Amino acid sequence: MIPAAFDYTAPESVADAITALGSDSEEIKVLAGGQSLIPVLRLRLAAPTLLVDIGRIEELSGITEEADTIVIGAMTTHADVAESDLVREHAGLLAKAAQTVADPQVRHRGTLGGALVHADPAGDLPAPILVLDAELVIAGADGERTVAAADFFEDMFTTAVGENEILTKIRVPKHTGWGAHYEKFTRVAQQWSIIAVAVTVQVDGGVISQAKVGLVNMGSTPTRASAVEQALVGQPATGDAAKHAASAAADGTSPPTDTNGDAAYRRHLATVLTGRAVRAAVGG
Amino acid sequence: MARISIEVDGVGYSDDVEPRTLLVHYLREQVGKTGTVVGCDTSNCGACTVHLDGASVKSCTVLAVQADGHEVTTIEGLATGGELHPMQQAFHENHALQCGYCTPGMIMQSIDLLHDNPDPTEQEVRDGLEGNLCRCTGYQNIVKAVLAAAAATPTHSDAAAGTGRSGGTA
Repeated sequence: MIPAAFDYTAPESVADAITALGSDSEEIKVLAGGQSLIPVLRLRLAAPTLLVDIGRIEELSGITEEADTIVIGAMTTHADVAESDLVREHAGLLAKAAQTVADPQVRHRGTLGGALVHADPAGDLPAPILVLDAELVIAGADGERTVAAADFFEDMFTTAVGENEILTKIRVPKHTGWGAHYEKFTRVAQQWSIIAVAVTVQVDGGVISQAKVGLVNMGSTPTRASAVEQALVGQPATGDAAKHAASAAADGTSPPTDTNGDAAYRRHLATVLTGRAVRAAVGG
Repeated sequence: MARISIEVDGVGYSDDVEPRTLLVHYLREQVGKTGTVVGCDTSNCGACTVHLDGASVKSCTVLAVQADGHEVTTIEGLATGGELHPMQQAFHENHALQCGYCTPGMIMQSIDLLHDNPDPTEQEVRDGLEGNLCRCTGYQNIVKAVLAAAAATPTHSDAAAGTGRSGGTA
């Protein structure tokens, strides 16, 4: 399978990329790592007239540290996120989720920013970004703006990034010392999540002092399991507390029905996997 | 058309390609590296795995223009002076192929796996090969071969990895 023909440009700066996005080509797509876009092009589910490849913009890659924030360039690969000492220490949930994306070859090419802007409801990175209360830096013709993760994911495959904008950086508040676990349920290797649960918790003296729980593929966007978060805070970091809190995991969700399972099955999975994820997170 | 310059198996090439040309098609049809095969064409099977700047990628999911200025190693670039690469040798000795179609990709990914983890457990080998499918389902001897290659190489060295990882991400 071969993509339909398109024009191609590979700008070397964010400003040049924004200019290219403003050109009068009929349908313009941004190419990041290409691990979702190239399969779509090959199947001709999309046939853009111009691809703007942002893979040669050096400033978009890399992981740095500010006072209480980790700053990840949008073009940083899943492999680099998963292996980063900074991310592992200060945003362990994100490192663990990145390690589960697809397979090693895809993790070498796919990027954090690309996955977030693609916003697949079954994607592994949106939920951790949501629960870690990250901020997304978006560049456009009028400069940069910052959007909170809670406002970034608008619908299935739809984010706050406008047509003539690109996501440049992801700012993740440090969650140093928090336990974390990403529990993903798939039927076969390298499959998209049927559902997944992202948990990070702070434990003080055997008691859960803060808890953040996100759900993947339990709706068109990543969802916070607020009832579980509230039920966990103040509880002892034990399996019983996890099980009790997890029973509320599917509250308020509207999961899809597809060939992998119906909505009721996903709701049940959410309670089971949330229990597992919380137990694993408090344990380490 | 776009002009690209790529080093493939240690030799520099400069060619005109259409931007939509996939790296695997460029390698096979313009460079003649038919050792790298197209399997599923849907980014699932890993048969087309090559190394791009030393890291494994599915060459059906990279545009040739994205590889401009970078180094590619294919299955054809592993043997030196008629000597099989240790991973090729291990696949040979452990009968790690049946029809052989997945083998180029399996070997390229197995080399990447040992580069990251020179002494893997059996489970780690299976996890590291999750992006490569063998439709003969001959996984048992593939895993055995990777473990044998790891055991035959006592320390983490470029000899084990075959290709040094260089440069940044593309």
